[in-house]
Amino acid sequence: MTPALVVIVGVFVIAIALGLMARRGHVMNLEQWSVGGRGFGSIFVFLLMAGEIYTTFTFLGGSGWAYGKGAPAFYILCYGAIAYSVSYFLLPIVWRYAQTRKLVSQADFFVAKYESKALGVIVALVSVAALVPYLVLQLKGLGLIVSEASGGVITQAVAVWTSSVALVGYVVVSGVRGSAWTSALKDVMILAVAVGIGVYLPLHYFGGYRAMFEAVELAKPGALTLPSSGMSPAWFISTVLLTATGFYMWPQFFAGVYTARSESVFRKNAVILPLYQLVVLFVFFTGFAAILVVPGLKGAAADLSLLRIVERSFGSWTVGVIGAAGLLTALVPGSMILITAGTIISQNIYRVMAPDASDRTVSLVARSLVPVLTLAAVILTLRGGETLVVLLLMGYNFVTQLFPALILSLGERRRVSAASAIAGIVAGELTVVVLTVTSASVATLLPGAPQIVKDLNVGFVALAVNAVVLTVVALATRVPRPVVTELVRNP
Amino acid sequence: MRRYRWLAAIPTLGMLGGVPFANRVRPYVLGLPFLLAWIVVWVVITSLVMALIFVLDSRRDAEIADVAATSSDRSSAS
Repeated sequence: MTPALVVIVGVFVIAIALGLMARRGHVMNLEQWSVGGRGFGSIFVFLLMAGEIYTTFTFLGGSGWAYGKGAPAFYILCYGAIAYSVSYFLLPIVWRYAQTRKLVSQADFFVAKYESKALGVIVALVSVAALVPYLVLQLKGLGLIVSEASGGVITQAVAVWTSSVALVGYVVVSGVRGSAWTSALKDVMILAVAVGIGVYLPLHYFGGYRAMFEAVELAKPGALTLPSSGMSPAWFISTVLLTATGFYMWPQFFAGVYTARSESVFRKNAVILPLYQLVVLFVFFTGFAAILVVPGLKGAAADLSLLRIVERSFGSWTVGVIGAAGLLTALVPGSMILITAGTIISQNIYRVMAPDASDRTVSLVARSLVPVLTLAAVILTLRGGETLVVLLLMGYNFVTQLFPALILSLGERRRVSAASAIAGIVAGELTVVVLTVTSASVATLLPGAPQIVKDLNVGFVALAVNAVVLTVVALATRVPRPVVTELVRNP
Repeated sequence: MRRYRWLAAIPTLGMLGGVPFANRVRPYVLGLPFLLAWIVVWVVITSLVMALIFVLDSRRDAEIADVAATSSDRSSAS
């Protein structure tokens, strides 16, 4: 056993133990399992919210984008900051409503606001369609990190199977409390690792940051700025806005909001989280350093740049610590995804089909779904081909389609009908599927448009279709007056 | 009215609105190419602006709580 392997296995065991211990002293009903009994204080909510930023995507993808694409990677830094400033106003409203109605899922929010179980089913289906590929992405990253860091001793398949079994174990036992406890360990490690290598590598290989960037600019002219077409400033701005829009539409993120004990934590988080996510900057540094230190990784292999430069630069112990941190960046979001998907299917699909089911049964169904969903994700991870890539591309656009209906529901009184929300979401999702399958871009849709329009993120097309359909149906259908007001007005 | 809350829009407008003009390598700022430095500075400003709104909101909430407390004192006295 190499030192790297010892560290990875050690951290893995500690994480699982923490995850299992998190249950202590709590009776696991659905509210406890899904949203921690709404009792999380500032630190846990902060960790859950921050934990969602540092997924395997940020770790491998952030450095991979800096390595392969250069400056376009900076969009990752922008959308978080914007989403957090919006969160200051959005999340307290969501939290207050969820608190009084005892909601446990994002779909619940739509059901309650629009008084429509059908809308809940639609939102639930969209959520699962987005969440499963996202889980697969985490498992793929996990397999890659562990097999690379162990020097190939642990194969990807073994890594994926082992961690999935452990993941199912602590998710079923502890629910979101397990995620919170493991994310504490994860955040400490990822902070140390990302900042550590991001500071060390540029100094070690180039003697300084400016020297590194000058060397990068020499080797890859234009890597440090946005190109004038393609991933141009127009692409950058539209992508940041679109991604910031979809940020809180992720069901696991939305449900994370429900875990808070009080709403003041969201305001504090909105102040701290923009600064906290600057850690991504150090992940970029590592990607840029890798351009010159481990050149020649093409296409999807660019995502390996961080791991390759780490292997080249450090001894086995350090590689182990970095591999272990990478493992945790997959486990924590993975656990949140499983809890959310289990809750949504049992609460918003199963309960609708079996209205007489007791709370106990629904809770049991939610937890029984965890191994089933994990098995599906593991099979997709190890066998999935082209289809999976397409599904992943669609995921973010899928959840973004929930945005118009959510925003319109935030006021005291609902202004649009449930039918219009359903029509908008369905039309938006269908557009996403068509655009992704045909790999359309604004440039292919509007070949005659000026370059600045051509470069806009094609996701806006689906959002626009969604908004137009929603508006048309909303004008054609009436919102039923709340019963209470009727009674007051006609005594 | 909490008009100061509109301040929250400034970082987004500044960060994204400036991207077409800040899209250059030089001058380097603290060792970072200009575009990256531009973004980092605006991320820091985002935190500062949100902190300012947080402070103003807290002050406002405290005032409202004070007024509510005094008026309930009066009503209980009468």
